[in-house]
Amino acid sequence: MKKWLINSVLFTVFICCACSNESVTSYEPTAANLEIPKLFSDNIIPPVIPNTNPQTIEGVALGKTLFFDPILSGDNSQACADCHAPQNAFTDTSRFSDGIDGTLGTRNSMPLFNLAWNYDEQFFWDGKSFSLEHQAFSPVTDPTEMKSSWTDVVQKLQQHPEYPTLFEQAFGTQRIDSTLVTKAIAQFERTLISANSKFDKFLLGEVNLTPEEQNGFDVFMDEARGDCFHCHGSDKNPLWTDNAFHNNGLDATFTDLGLGTVTGDPADNGKFRSPSLRNLEFTAPYMHDGRFNTLEEVIEHYSEGLQNSPTIDPLMKKVALGGVGLSEKDKSDLKAFLLTLSDYDFISNPDFLNQ
Amino acid sequence: MKKIVLILTTALLLTNCESSSDTDGTVQTSITFNFTHSWDDTAVSVDDFNTIKFINANTDELSIERLRYLISKVTFTTSNNETLRLGGYNLVDLTNSESLAFTPTGVLSEGTYNISFTFGFDNDDNANNYQDLNSASWNVPAQLGGGYHYMQLEGKFIDNTASETGYAYHAIRAVDNSGSSPVFQDTFFEVDLGKVTITNNATINVDMNIAEWFKTPNTWDLNVLNNMLMPNFDAQVLMFENGQNVFSLKPVDQ
Repeated sequence: MKKWLINSVLFTVFICCACSNESVTSYEPTAANLEIPKLFSDNIIPPVIPNTNPQTIEGVALGKTLFFDPILSGDNSQACADCHAPQNAFTDTSRFSDGIDGTLGTRNSMPLFNLAWNYDEQFFWDGKSFSLEHQAFSPVTDPTEMKSSWTDVVQKLQQHPEYPTLFEQAFGTQRIDSTLVTKAIAQFERTLISANSKFDKFLLGEVNLTPEEQNGFDVFMDEARGDCFHCHGSDKNPLWTDNAFHNNGLDATFTDLGLGTVTGDPADNGKFRSPSLRNLEFTAPYMHDGRFNTLEEVIEHYSEGLQNSPTIDPLMKKVALGGVGLSEKDKSDLKAFLLTLSDYDFISNPDFLNQ
Repeated sequence: MKKIVLILTTALLLTNCESSSDTDGTVQTSITFNFTHSWDDTAVSVDDFNTIKFINANTDELSIERLRYLISKVTFTTSNNETLRLGGYNLVDLTNSESLAFTPTGVLSEGTYNISFTFGFDNDDNANNYQDLNSASWNVPAQLGGGYHYMQLEGKFIDNTASETGYAYHAIRAVDNSGSSPVFQDTFFEVDLGKVTITNNATINVDMNIAEWFKTPNTWDLNVLNNMLMPNFDAQVLMFENGQNVFSLKPVDQ
């Protein structure tokens, strides 16, 4: 009996000791909370920031350095920023971006902003990457993009005179690996927040819209005219996308299956992720394959150019007539509204420039 | 000594169970709602989506590609007409399995209750701002009164010309914008599930018969009413009327 009691006490003491705070000194980078715009905090749920990769000042700084550094490419000639340039809201002006040896991809480079609010965390046009960290893995080794290998990249970074120190500051270790590289880039990408367009200022009561812009917004929100809001957000959803996958009637037959390639489900063929309508002024050309050079062409597509196919979204109404048939004034005003989503402060924000 | 440890351990385990007793001995319990879906007598899940396999009361052949709907104000009424309202609302989305189970906030005592909930939002709730619903792009445009959708049922049907055509059966508060000022008619409704005796953390199984949206009392012709239904006052009233017999209570798990 006594022995049993002593053992119980010793076991309890052991558990208590094991649970007590240990006085081990460990390096912690400086926490850096995202600055969430008022329209976001008022209207939508908080951003996705993984527990395994909290935002830190040192991590963001390292991520920015890596984002602009061609060291990630096979021949040290191409950085992330080459296809994701700040002045273009972090996309580029080409229909298809070329890789380090001039090979063209098959998709238009996606703009990068407000990525932390992609709640389903499915990235790329076809949703093939889950999480922002995982997204950053692909371009480095893609033969049509940076055409490198992670072994080479890690070796170059490890032998670099500055990077080991930067990784130490960001993650507490000089031992560089691909996971830490993509974590740093993801931290920087999460800081790319765009929320200061004319329409944002209108919603905050700081400016007025012109009658044309206001009518354009009404067209956008009118189910019997533009009906854009079902997939592209509203005055209550400042992301201006649902980040979901739709077949928006671009083709009757598909050369690119989009989401269908990823899921293997024929019902997903021809579906691509809705892009945000913010910053369209800087992000031409448009659609997953950059087929439209102007906003007029985009609006014309939805008004008269829809192509029917088995997976076309039910919201693409009047397909038999080619679309909703907007008047010329509504088309013009819709464009005027879309341009109010341009955020000039975002594309010139010094925190996002290579300086 | 061993007995003491055994008693303490048992007590610890008991206090960790979800049901708890008030000081007067009344057992408190939480309630979970489990939403299932059917087309008349056939169960429907997301696996049945995207295929034209259903036939509605108007003999239109159709598919379902999306089904989301909102329920709120879960209410328990005692035999003394005392009402207990559990908090929260739930956006059911068949593509999101987590949304098919809903545990309203709060607990109630074991006993017999009449259970009801609101399909959609009543006007007070509909006037509030909900971050999660905004994030789900669930809003209704301000020119239609603002607030939120009650349901989005979408898919394709074979139309009169034998072509596949999209439909978007979206339920919202009815509004007539034809005059100088909008005229509204309430189209949220209370779903009365009937009497249930609740014990020990019950799961209330609720089934939506999707076919009913097209059947009673109004036979729905998708060739006539398939799209742009949100600004269509009469269509919204028809949806409201057809919605009355859509939900039913299934055996309770407890």
